[in-house]
Amino acid sequence: MDVLMLSRLQFAMATMFHFIFVPLTLGLSILVAIMETKYVRTGDELYKRMTKFWGKLFVINFVLGVVTGITLEFQFGTNWSRYSEYVGDIFGSLLAIEATTAFFLESTFLGAWIFGWHILSPKMHAACIWLVAIASNVSALWILIANAFMQNPVGYVLRNGRAELDNFFTVITNPFAWQQYIHTLSAAFTLAGFFLMGVSAYHLLKKQHVEFFTKSFRMGMVFALIFSIVVVIQGHHHAQEVTRIQPAKLAAMESLWESHEDGAPMYLFVVPDEKNERNTIEFLGIPGGLSFLAHNSFSAPVQGLKDWPQEDRPPVLMTFLSFRAMVGIGTLLPILAIWAYLRRNQLTNTPWLLKTMLMAIPLPYLAIEAGWIVAEVGRQPWIVYGLMRTADAVSPIVTSEVAFSLVALTVLYALLGAVDIYLLYKFAKKGPVEA
Amino acid sequence: MLETIWFLLWGVLWAIYFTLDGYDLGVGSLIPVLGKTNRDRRIMLNTMGPFWDGNEVWLITAGGVTFAAFPKAYAVMFSSLYTPLMLLLFALIIRGVSLEFRHQVENDTWRKVWDWGATIGSFLPALLFGVAFANIFMGLPLDEHGVFQGSWLLLLNPYGLAGGLLFVALFIMHGALWLTARTKGDLQQRAAALAKNFWPILIAIVSLFVVLTLMYTDLLNNYLRNPLMFVVLLVPVLALVLMGRQIGRQDWWYAWGLSAVLITGLTLFGVVGLYPTILPSSISLDYSVTIMNAASSTLTLSIMLIVALVFVPLVAFYQFWLHRTFSHKITDHHLEQDGAY
Repeated sequence: MDVLMLSRLQFAMATMFHFIFVPLTLGLSILVAIMETKYVRTGDELYKRMTKFWGKLFVINFVLGVVTGITLEFQFGTNWSRYSEYVGDIFGSLLAIEATTAFFLESTFLGAWIFGWHILSPKMHAACIWLVAIASNVSALWILIANAFMQNPVGYVLRNGRAELDNFFTVITNPFAWQQYIHTLSAAFTLAGFFLMGVSAYHLLKKQHVEFFTKSFRMGMVFALIFSIVVVIQGHHHAQEVTRIQPAKLAAMESLWESHEDGAPMYLFVVPDEKNERNTIEFLGIPGGLSFLAHNSFSAPVQGLKDWPQEDRPPVLMTFLSFRAMVGIGTLLPILAIWAYLRRNQLTNTPWLLKTMLMAIPLPYLAIEAGWIVAEVGRQPWIVYGLMRTADAVSPIVTSEVAFSLVALTVLYALLGAVDIYLLYKFAKKGPVEA
Repeated sequence: MLETIWFLLWGVLWAIYFTLDGYDLGVGSLIPVLGKTNRDRRIMLNTMGPFWDGNEVWLITAGGVTFAAFPKAYAVMFSSLYTPLMLLLFALIIRGVSLEFRHQVENDTWRKVWDWGATIGSFLPALLFGVAFANIFMGLPLDEHGVFQGSWLLLLNPYGLAGGLLFVALFIMHGALWLTARTKGDLQQRAAALAKNFWPILIAIVSLFVVLTLMYTDLLNNYLRNPLMFVVLLVPVLALVLMGRQIGRQDWWYAWGLSAVLITGLTLFGVVGLYPTILPSSISLDYSVTIMNAASSTLTLSIMLIVALVFVPLVAFYQFWLHRTFSHKITDHHLEQDGAY
């Protein structure tokens, strides 16, 4: 393998690993903040115990998100130096702004929160976790604005042999960024909701700490219900945005080879055959279905992959399968959340629901990872859509060095990930301290 | 003008990072030396508990600002120093998780693993930062495209190693003084004895590095051109001398403050000496990365300056608050509390 492929693998691995921990941080920080606020307002010890129990899981999860985040910043320079030089004027400044406005806030006040139980006043202590929650979510915004520049570059001019900032306001109001932000955030909140429900379900099945975990379950349920529906509705609009801005990605998501002038069908079962530029199986078609989904009209034209020369097409199978996985899980989650809502008053009498919720913990994770594969693999062969190819972005470095770092990073991440998940499992299973 | 301001800010960010994370890295490196019992080690870790993460963000910011203000410098620096940076990254990752994982399981083997993680994860960054910056001061073998010519093992030259030694020594002293200020009893006395005995060694190492800097680098040209600039070197040297007196008087916070001045001062001494070059090329000065050929557009630099002028003082303010709030001496009582390492 060459430096390009190794660097792509390393970036994919590092980013996907990082993103195992980020969504829970985004959602759980808010949930813990709400719990502590309830404690401060009512003085009810139950909420204090909830804050501590879920807060502990939050912190164990958080640390891996933090340490693996540094890798991502470093990698732009180490592995993608030509990219960094070409778009640093815009992309670099977004990362720097993220660090100054959000990351400092998050890290500083998390330290105060973890160590401040006996030092800060209850109100101040609750304020700290709110600052962490707000900062995490602001941090995500800057990162997604940066990513949106790669998906839909706006507000730049080509000058001095590179992309330079032309209009900062245009960059931060990039509609693609805000679509991605709402999509990612609601997905993360859904994940946190299902995490709360799943862990609570484990204890409710054992009929232990029933009041504690019924309250926790319901908090997670509210989050999951609202945001799993938001993510579906908004996801639909997001896909329409992708159709307008990155039509080749949409064609790959649907494995649509031929262009359709008057209505592209949507097949429920498709088996792509990338080599022969066709699908071996297309089954259960809805005439004009894809046109409707993409353009709100059954007869709207949709471009097929063959419209682009081969070197301009994204990898079809991976994009297609990931998109299907994301949509499949994304459709299932609101159904599960509605089921939970309907049985919210008979939780301990509905073991099937509880068992399902326990098993469902990994589902939002899979959907989110799949979603990022669609976003990033589907953008190929471009690192900045239409502006710079991934192959032109890679650093002039030696294969052996990248091979070494890829292997070392994979081993390190596997070990640390295993330890972290073990700790999450251990403390989730252990349950809260007795009242 | 903007380029110069950003160059100085860039240097200041690195200086703040080394000064703040320096004590964490020092304390971590000292775990096997000063942490005789589990209790000692827990106290040591708890002295940096609320801070290390916030301190590390200065590194992210220094990196981010390199990226934003001087994209070419970021590209060349990070790709040229690929393997050392990867090692640094692994070390910092291991440091972070070690601090967070160690106290989660009551088991001696478990603790031992993460103690070593914290130690190596602190010592290695100290060494690598020193090696990297000394090599930058001296010049990297960069060709006309900014591509590093040769193996990264070239970085392990005498001057690079002296830089590594300097950073380790600075952080060891910084960490030891931090412990004298933040602990009591036996552990404090051991840290104090170490600081006292280490002070002359630190003087020797700093002197050696300054002399080698004269021999190996062009950093001094800026100072010879404008001798008033020697103040930048004079301040840390004075701090180093005064530090010995304050250690003798057992005025620990004062001594730690002087150590902070020493680290900040020495970093700025190097940065001012580099100006206006960011990454000198040892092949030809024409290939060097400078603020002229690496800077971002005026628009980006202006927007970034506004962000920096608003947010960096704000960050300094709340991080100062954090340090004030948690500046107490760590005792057994604190080890019992929720959240303690």
